[in-house]
Amino acid sequence: MWKWFHKLGAPRSFYDISGRLLPWFWTIAALLLTTGVVWALAYVPEDYQQGNSVRIMYIHVPAAILSQSGYAMMAFAGAVFLIWRIKLADVALQCAAPIGASITFLALVTGSIWGKPTWGTWWVWDARLTSTLVLLFLYIGVMALRAAMENRESAGRATALLALVGVVNLPIIKYSVDWWFTLHQGSSFSLTEKPAMPPEMWLPLLVMVLGFYFFFFSLWMMRIRVEIINREFRTDWVKKLVAAS
Amino acid sequence: MNFDSFSSFIEMGGYGLYVWSAYAITLIVCVYNITRPILMRKQVIREQKRSLQHLLSDKEDLV
Repeated sequence: MWKWFHKLGAPRSFYDISGRLLPWFWTIAALLLTTGVVWALAYVPEDYQQGNSVRIMYIHVPAAILSQSGYAMMAFAGAVFLIWRIKLADVALQCAAPIGASITFLALVTGSIWGKPTWGTWWVWDARLTSTLVLLFLYIGVMALRAAMENRESAGRATALLALVGVVNLPIIKYSVDWWFTLHQGSSFSLTEKPAMPPEMWLPLLVMVLGFYFFFFSLWMMRIRVEIINREFRTDWVKKLVAAS
Repeated sequence: MNFDSFSSFIEMGGYGLYVWSAYAITLIVCVYNITRPILMRKQVIREQKRSLQHLLSDKEDLV
């Protein structure tokens, strides 16, 4: 097991392994997302209060979940880099930030579009929305810090540190709906309790959440592979790869 | 199927603009996320090819 992890930490092995995994991940992501979208748009019954606007939930909730767990994974990569100095972890952190930022943006925008007909407003400065906006700024901060620093080693340490400090925002987002008065509803999905929705509503949501995870991992691997080529340009295998393509 | 006609599917019971704009933005974000690394890969490989050729021609000059 450890040996396997060690091997995965080497840029070349990661490049090979991810190259073999990617077609599978893309296929699974595409299948889950098309199934989920058709299901959500055409087959899910209307909500008795929200009518058809409830269909926005099927992208808003997966995007919101991924924006947070994507951040957790990015911060984990930062911790791995700081503790074990694994270069690939730094690459992973750098590559997760733009994907996470775009998905957080998506969560905010779809939430806003859903909020208009449901709450009567596009935006409120309440705890859930504000802390999610902070999450977006954390992602952007990681990207900006990376772009601003010349030295790769110190840029890696600084971004890892920033990503780790930003983790405090995650429980704030999660519990914001319980701690403060808010328009945002509490979570309707949890690992331990039965969902507060009928299966014909939460099953397609589960499909979409899984689809978003596979989509995220596929994008993440793609970006990491590009960055590996970029950083390992002095190695023979990358030279061969470049010459052959 | 929850809708009895195509027009009611588009209308979404009056929420059409909200639902479809949310899904359209999602599509744009997804397409951007997919094309971005593909373009970056092309660019990185193009640049490295160029520097590789420079290296080779420099060596020839030395000989």
